[in-house]
Amino acid sequence: MPLLEIKNLRVAFDTSVGEFIAVQGIDLSVDEREVLAIVGESGSGKSVSMLAVMGLLPDTATVTADSMTFNGRDLLTMTVEQRRKIIGRDIAMIFQEPIASLNPCFTVGFQIEEVLRVHMGMDRAQRRARAIELLQQVGIPEPEQRLSTFPHQMSGGQCQRVMIAIAIACNPKLLIADEPTTALDVTIQKQILDLLMRLQAEHGMGLIMITHNMGVVAETADRVVVQYKGRKMEEADVLSLFESPKSNYTKALLSALPDNATGDRLPTVSDFILDAPDGAPA
Amino acid sequence: MTNTVLEAKNIVRDYHVAGGLFTKARTVHAVKNVSFSVERGKTLAIVGESGCGKSTLARILTLIDAPTAGELFIADKKVDIAHAGLPPEMRRKVQIVFQNPYGSLNPRQKIGDVLGEPLKINTDMPASERRDRAMTMLQKVGLGPEHYNRYPHMFSGGQRQRIAIARALMLNPSLLVLDEPVSALDLSVQAQVLNLLADLQDEFQLTYVFISHDLSVVRYIADEVMVMYFGEAVEYGTRDEVFSNPQHSYTKTLFAATPRADVDSIRARLARKKTAA
Repeated sequence: MPLLEIKNLRVAFDTSVGEFIAVQGIDLSVDEREVLAIVGESGSGKSVSMLAVMGLLPDTATVTADSMTFNGRDLLTMTVEQRRKIIGRDIAMIFQEPIASLNPCFTVGFQIEEVLRVHMGMDRAQRRARAIELLQQVGIPEPEQRLSTFPHQMSGGQCQRVMIAIAIACNPKLLIADEPTTALDVTIQKQILDLLMRLQAEHGMGLIMITHNMGVVAETADRVVVQYKGRKMEEADVLSLFESPKSNYTKALLSALPDNATGDRLPTVSDFILDAPDGAPA
Repeated sequence: MTNTVLEAKNIVRDYHVAGGLFTKARTVHAVKNVSFSVERGKTLAIVGESGCGKSTLARILTLIDAPTAGELFIADKKVDIAHAGLPPEMRRKVQIVFQNPYGSLNPRQKIGDVLGEPLKINTDMPASERRDRAMTMLQKVGLGPEHYNRYPHMFSGGQRQRIAIARALMLNPSLLVLDEPVSALDLSVQAQVLNLLADLQDEFQLTYVFISHDLSVVRYIADEVMVMYFGEAVEYGTRDEVFSNPQHSYTKTLFAATPRADVDSIRARLARKKTAA
């Protein structure tokens, strides 16, 4: 049984000029211990579909799906209270901008311990011990001192490590990482990716990696879903995706990598998809 | 006249951080003794992580900041803005394109005014001619005359970066400093902008100083590469020299950290994972 299974997901937003469909007809599933990458450019709906799983979309959004289950439990019919028990505990999420997603008014220690208090009901001493252990796991030196620092006193890479510590605090079954390294330098990106892969293997988590960087996909994923304009273009295991991409859009993405430049010009998406489809697979 | 558009000799830039009640004043050495030269129509790429001084160097090259020590020559003329000031014709020769196209355009200015402003400030061209030039430039960067009266929020990230490039080219500069011009863009849009930059370089014989931390982009666009680390140029050479035979340990770390997207390395990773499991 897959850990997370979504069938025919559709997300639409109410706008002043009518309904805007962000995501349509998305099927995806993640197993335990599996790394799934969702690839696509901005506006392809890759973040929206995961925010729908987390229940973090604004009121203007309408989420419909044939089914959306996590660990055998239906997420669609669940009450808000039931869902809040799962979100942050069994499903956790890491966001793109580490500095913006931590609260600047509270210390790092407070923010880690908050999760433990809400979901695990630990007492003060247990929380502190667990927070120190978590900071050690994500590779932050001198964790005891670090608990009382504020986010602005740390670098972007360290803030992202703290975000990861908060996300794995309750040993989640599924971790969703939304562009976890986009705001970071390549050397730091490598460290964060290595850390995520190590934690994923150690805890046996399912990991969904949302990214637009084909290099990150190649370095981390087992299976890949390619999205374009809110639709799924292709799904394949990572090797066959890079070896023999099926959809024209994937071919375009791969050949737009400067690494693969053969002539003087880089091919662009319009070279492959002549009349850029409005949602329809090319 | 030689073909060297830009030459920098032993550029140093220190920032003095004033002390407060509890802290001592200190000096940050942002750029330490950096020298290089770029020929007409060529591209020099400057690579390094955040905080290594590459944007400070960009500010010096675009004559926004003065270096603390060292000499800067643009088209064989010595420029010394700290002491001699800046002649207006120099200002026209160097232009810059910034990283974030969402932050570098004034949201209350129409695109036509964005493009016309450099001409309004630097020349005494009549309004009708400014308008004509802006229209021509819009077409050069792959936009149309219908975009002239629109506001920045009506454009996508790639289109805004095209507008920023167009604005930089309005004064016919010979040197263009590009500070991470594609790092905020999606892969497919990045390819379009890189193609545009290559076309414009051919057409106007432009010289680029291309600042980036993405080595795959650098490998594609650069003729020469300089790697900076904590304010120092630790590696400087032609693209093939640097990529085939990196000397400094930091350059090697940088290469090792760059994600590889070829089939062989994916196979190797999956094999490693299998043995570990």
